[in-house]
Amino acid sequence: MTFNSPFMRRYMRNKGAVAGMVVLLLVAFIAVFGPWIATNDPWGMVQQPFLRPWTEPGFAMGTDTLGRDILSGVIYGARISLLIGLVSTVVALLIGVTLGAIAGYFGGWIDAALMRFTEIFQAVPSFALAIVLVAIFQPSVGSIVAAIAIVSWPPVARLVRSEFLTLRQRDFVQAALLAGQSTPRIILTQILPNAMSPIIVMASLMIATAILLESSLSFLGLGDPNQMSWGYMVGSARTVLRQAWWMALFPGLAIVLTVLALNLVGEGLNDGLNQRLDGRTK
Amino acid sequence: MSVTAMKPVQPVLDIVELSICLPTGADRALAVEGASLSVLPGQTLCVVGESGSGKSMIANSVMGLLPLPHVRPVGGKILFEGIDLLTLTEPQMRELRGRRIGMVFQEPMTALNPVMRIGEQIGEVFDAHMNVPADEKRKRILAALADVGLPEPELLIDAYPFRLSGGQRQRVMIACALILEPVLLICDEPTTALDVTTQAQILKLVRELQKRRGTAVLFITHDFGVVSEIADQVVVMQTGKVVEAGPARDVLQAPQHPYTRKLIDAIPTGTATRGPSTSDAPYVLQVQDLCKTYRSGNGLFKRGRSVQAAKDINFDLRRGETLGVVGESGSGKSSVGRCLVGLAPFDSGRILFNGRNLSQGGNFRAAAEGKIQMVFQDPYASLNPRHRVGAAIAGGPIAQGVSKSEAMARTMALLKLVGLGADAADRYPHEFSGGQRQRIGIARALAMQPSLLVADEPVSALDVSVQAQVLELFAQVREEFQLAMVFITHDLRVAGQMCDHIAVMQRGVVVEYGETAKVLGDPQHEYTRKLIDAVPRLSSPDEAPALAA
Repeated sequence: MTFNSPFMRRYMRNKGAVAGMVVLLLVAFIAVFGPWIATNDPWGMVQQPFLRPWTEPGFAMGTDTLGRDILSGVIYGARISLLIGLVSTVVALLIGVTLGAIAGYFGGWIDAALMRFTEIFQAVPSFALAIVLVAIFQPSVGSIVAAIAIVSWPPVARLVRSEFLTLRQRDFVQAALLAGQSTPRIILTQILPNAMSPIIVMASLMIATAILLESSLSFLGLGDPNQMSWGYMVGSARTVLRQAWWMALFPGLAIVLTVLALNLVGEGLNDGLNQRLDGRTK
Repeated sequence: MSVTAMKPVQPVLDIVELSICLPTGADRALAVEGASLSVLPGQTLCVVGESGSGKSMIANSVMGLLPLPHVRPVGGKILFEGIDLLTLTEPQMRELRGRRIGMVFQEPMTALNPVMRIGEQIGEVFDAHMNVPADEKRKRILAALADVGLPEPELLIDAYPFRLSGGQRQRVMIACALILEPVLLICDEPTTALDVTTQAQILKLVRELQKRRGTAVLFITHDFGVVSEIADQVVVMQTGKVVEAGPARDVLQAPQHPYTRKLIDAIPTGTATRGPSTSDAPYVLQVQDLCKTYRSGNGLFKRGRSVQAAKDINFDLRRGETLGVVGESGSGKSSVGRCLVGLAPFDSGRILFNGRNLSQGGNFRAAAEGKIQMVFQDPYASLNPRHRVGAAIAGGPIAQGVSKSEAMARTMALLKLVGLGADAADRYPHEFSGGQRQRIGIARALAMQPSLLVADEPVSALDVSVQAQVLELFAQVREEFQLAMVFITHDLRVAGQMCDHIAVMQRGVVVEYGETAKVLGDPQHEYTRKLIDAVPRLSSPDEAPALAA
């Protein structure tokens, strides 16, 4: 993909999306190279507790109630947030796209059955369900990913189903049927590529939601106890919020910036993949 | 003003050297380039051209409806009763729209607000321009509805648009446009979306209203048949430029510009070109008592509505022959086509393909082994935008077990046959025009080496000159592969040119079936006669029309 392609042209026109992409790349860089950037072990008690930011060299964000380096915590938190956001979104897409594609392609009672199944998940408050699932399976990266994926696939299934319902009626699908192409082949090569644009946009927003969900779970103490995460840091700073504002502020800012960046990128992808937008003012 | 007032008749609308630019990146810089035309009071000026010729741009620029700022007038004047419309502000334009200039759009099904009663929609024109007491407003709306020939105006005024047919909605749009008695009526392809019999009625209505009120009409169309029915003056446009202008009779009878001649020659004449067949080739397709009923709205608690799309259809087709299935929208002709290829199940009856009974259901397509193929109506929807053309054509044979190299060789040969270069195989569908895409669609169907080709309105989305080329291609491949073809169309002229036999369908029933020359030349059924009469013709009625000959 070159910089002159219509996709890039439309994406670059959205200034917010460009800024979001820059922030996101920065967060991704920090996440990948975190262990080499961070000066301290995020769990290690390396300084006196309640150290204010900028008072000691090397502790730009100060320390928390136990004397752990907050900057290192934020850096390591980026790893876990992005990891959980990405993996749980991929899992949710796998479930949602599969069920939605089958429901939309076959229609009839298969569609009805799958959609009722989807509605069961939509009828339960998703955060409550996630809490229950994590509590049952013991908090760990795996169980958190599973819980987030299980509560976030239904909207994907609905979106994919509606795309398939309309695309299935297209003449090129009918032509493929007449040519005797197999059903999986038609679903995967004829219809799915044409439904990708809205799925990609939705996925970028789902990563943002997954990061928020993970933070909320960690805030409640349901995060992986072996992983330093932004939500856990905000949660543990809650009791001393009035004495030590910095403990909650920096991880909180990290969450806000990452989620905001993902939302902006999602909007940019929407513009970029929407071919009808060309030549219109925005 | 004083200069023009000296002339005997001052034109209502005088467009002088109008140029309209397109956004950068479009296929040409100017949508309209130095176009001049003038509409005299009480006369109809037809602007004719193929898609992309800029004819609709002219209509929209008069109304101030151009998608600014990317498409905007960059030169010339639009003088309406001596005032240059391009210099007016938006509020001034709003004052003119509806009151002095009325407009009727192409698509009557979407031009009316579905949640507003007919009376309210027409009443909005009054509300925008003048203060009329409610009872008088209602009286005038009723009069307007009666004026455009709508039955029972008292009931219709409180009805919602979904109760009206396409033709009735177009009548409402005309009533809406004419209610404040504008001096200029702009019609942008008002009959293109309508059936041929409805089109004839609407054209008659426009003519009558114009005669009675002396309204000037600017009529945009692509159909020379319509032009000859309605026009006093004609302007022919090609890629944004006016190539020919003059009185309708002169332009139609003795076209000067080669482009006009090409357009007029491309119109299918409807004369039966194929003699009565005496072939005793084997039957490819035999259809016996085919029935198909659609049921809709079948809910848990209510009984669904059912529509009989096909009832006791019988016909047969030999190798190398073509059957035309003709009818208006809703006649069931497309449903029959979909049953024939196995894309829709049928209720009862038998379809024999090469003497073998194809049982309905999931096995239909498997039993046909891809030897029944279809060419679709919309060339933009029938090709997968994400697949290269070569892969799209070769995909079918590969699915049937043909080796990849042979499928590609077949693809290349077919691309050449349909008049596209071998390099077309590596390109995506969006790089091709509508006519080229339809050629690709034909190549895709032929790649399966079918013995039966069902073509569902394959040329109705194409411009008339492209249409002629695609029809020629159909005729060529029919001879070359000895194909049996079912040709579904609403256009009797196309059917007459292409087919050996014609079946005329009305509400799911074949009302007339026979050899082309017989059906068109000596129609037995009243409906067939009505269809033939409604076809707009180039020649005036007193001369021998081609269809009735």
